[in-house]
Amino acid sequence: MVAATALAEIAPPPAAGAALDIEQVSHAFNIDGTELPVLSDVSISVEPGEFVALLGPSGCGKSTFLRLVAGLDKPKAGTLREDEARITRPHPSRVVVFQDPTLFPWRSVWDNVALGLEAQGILKSQRHRVDAALDLVGLASFRNAYPHQLSGGMAQRVALARALVNDPKILILDEPLGKLDSLTRITMQAELVSLWQRKGFTTLLVTHDAEEALVLANRVIVFSDRPARVKADIRVDRPYPRHRGDPYLADLRRQILGLLGLDATW
Amino acid sequence: MSTYSLSDGLASGAPRLSRTPVLASWVRESGVGILASVAWIAFGLSCLWWEDVGDWSRTHSLGIAAFIVAAIALFGTVGADYLGTAGKALRQRAPWLVALGAFLTLWEVATAKFAWLPLPFFPPPQSIIEVYTDDLPKLLDSVFASVKLQLGGYLIGATVGFLTGVSIGWSRAVGYWVHPVLRFIGPLPATAWLPIAFFTFPSSWSASTFLIALATGFPVTVLTWSGVASVSNAYYDVARTLGAKPSFLVLKVAIPAALPHVFVGLFMGLGSSFAVLVVAEMIGVKAGLGWYLQWAQGWAAYANMYAALIVMSLLCSGAITLLLAIRDRLLVWQKGTVKW
Repeated sequence: MVAATALAEIAPPPAAGAALDIEQVSHAFNIDGTELPVLSDVSISVEPGEFVALLGPSGCGKSTFLRLVAGLDKPKAGTLREDEARITRPHPSRVVVFQDPTLFPWRSVWDNVALGLEAQGILKSQRHRVDAALDLVGLASFRNAYPHQLSGGMAQRVALARALVNDPKILILDEPLGKLDSLTRITMQAELVSLWQRKGFTTLLVTHDAEEALVLANRVIVFSDRPARVKADIRVDRPYPRHRGDPYLADLRRQILGLLGLDATW
Repeated sequence: MSTYSLSDGLASGAPRLSRTPVLASWVRESGVGILASVAWIAFGLSCLWWEDVGDWSRTHSLGIAAFIVAAIALFGTVGADYLGTAGKALRQRAPWLVALGAFLTLWEVATAKFAWLPLPFFPPPQSIIEVYTDDLPKLLDSVFASVKLQLGGYLIGATVGFLTGVSIGWSRAVGYWVHPVLRFIGPLPATAWLPIAFFTFPSSWSASTFLIALATGFPVTVLTWSGVASVSNAYYDVARTLGAKPSFLVLKVAIPAALPHVFVGLFMGLGSSFAVLVVAEMIGVKAGLGWYLQWAQGWAAYANMYAALIVMSLLCSGAITLLLAIRDRLLVWQKGTVKW
C-alpha cells in the first residue's frame, strides 16, 4: 500500500519528531458574555516520535486542544512549546489533518497537495516532493482529478498527503478517520502506523474510538468531561502491527471505557 | 440506439431482420428534416407567389434564400450520416427549422401579401433584410459605438466592483467605511444619475461610461463581498497551518473560493448595464444602437427599429454567452453549473 521508495524521496533524512510540552494550559470560550471553560489546567509532555491518542467524551474540548497545539488559537493561560520554542502561531512543522478533508475544491489533487510548499514559496524547486507524497498515499494516478470526483477515503488520503508533503515534526490528526466506512478506516489505520514508524514524526490523534486509539498509539490520554482535564495517561507497550483481538488491548479498552463512564456496557 | 418496434415484442425466435424498424427510424430521423424543408419552401413560395402590397426590393432574393435553406435542411438531415457533426447538429435543430419556416411564412403572408397587420408598424421580413443590406454602414457604426461604450464601462465597473468587494469582505476597516456608502448609493438605479451625470461629466461618452460602470459595479461588489465573506473558516485554518501568509489567504483562498459568487455578480451587472447603455444612448450619446432606435422612431422607420432590435439582442445574448463560457472555463472544478 505504501511505497518505500517514494518515502526515501520525500524526506532525505527521516525527519525526527519534535517534543511537545504543554504546561498548565487552560482555555475558555466566550459565548454571549459568559465564560465557558473548555480546558482546565492540562499538562502533557510528549516525547519526540511518540504516538499519542487523546480520548474523551464528545464535546469535551479535544479539538480545541488540538487547535492550541497547531497555533490556530491562543490559550487563556499556560504555555505550549515545540522543542523549547513557544507556540504562538501556526507553522508548517505542525500540520493538522481535520475530520473533513477540506480539500480546496477549485484545485486539482496535485495542486491541493502542493498547497503547503506553494504557501511557503518553495514549490518551484520542490515539485518532486508533491509527486512523492501522492505516491505515498497511492493516488499518483489521480493527480489531475478534482476533489468532487474523489471518494471520502481518497479525499482523506489527499488531505494526509497535503500534510505529509511538508515533512511535519508533529502531525496533528483531528478524528481524520471519523467519517470513513469501517473497511477504509482499518486500511488507513494501518497506513498511518506504517507512515509514522518510517518517518518518525510525533503524532497527536484525537479520536472517540477507544479501539482505534489502542491499535494506533503508544500512549493514550483520557480527558474528562468539559472542562477537559487529564483523567488518565496510559502507556500501550505492545509491538506493531497490533491485533484487535489482543487480550491485553481488550483489557485496556475495558479500563478506558470505564474511565469514560461506560463500564456497564462492557 | 435502442429502437423499439412491434416486431420486437412478437419475436418468436425469428431473426430480427425485418425492414420495418429501419424504415421507421429513417422516417423518425429524417422526417422532421423533410418537414423543415417543406416549411421553408412554403416560405419561399409565399414570397414569390403573390404580389407585394408595398414597395420592397428584396422579396425575390428572400424567396430564393428560403429555397436554399430548404435545400440545406433537406439534404443536411437526410444525408446527416455523411456529414459528421454538422449533420448531427442540423438534425438536432430540425424541429426549430420547422417552427421558424412556419413563422416566417405566416409573417410574410400577414404583412407583405395581405396586410392583415397594420403596415408601417409591422414590416415584412424583406424590409428588415433591406435594412441590413442598404443601411449597413450606419448600423455597423452604431454596433461599434455601442460595443465600445459597453465594454469600457463594463470592464471599469467590474474591476472596481471586484476590488471593492474583496476589500470589504476582507478588511473590517474598509467594510466599516464602504458598506454604508454602498447601501446608500448601490440600490439607486444607475439611470437616476443620468441628468446629473450628463452635465457634470466633460462628455456624454464619459458620463455614459460612468453610468454603465455604476450599474455593473454594484452587483459585482455585493456578490464578491458576500462570496469572500462566506468562505469557510476551515479553508483558512488549513492554509494557515500549511504556512500561508495573509496575501496567500486573499489571493489563493478567498478569491478562488468566492469566484462562483463573483460570476453571478458579473452576470447581473451585465444585464443591468445593457439597460443603462440603451437609455444613455437614447438620451445623451449621439451614437450606438440605442441612438439608432431613437433615430429610426423619429423617421417612423419601423423596419430599421426591428432590425436594430435583432442586432441588439444578438449582441447582448453573445455577451452573456461569452461571459458564461469564461466562467465555465475558470470554474471547471464545479459540478453542474447552470447551462445557458
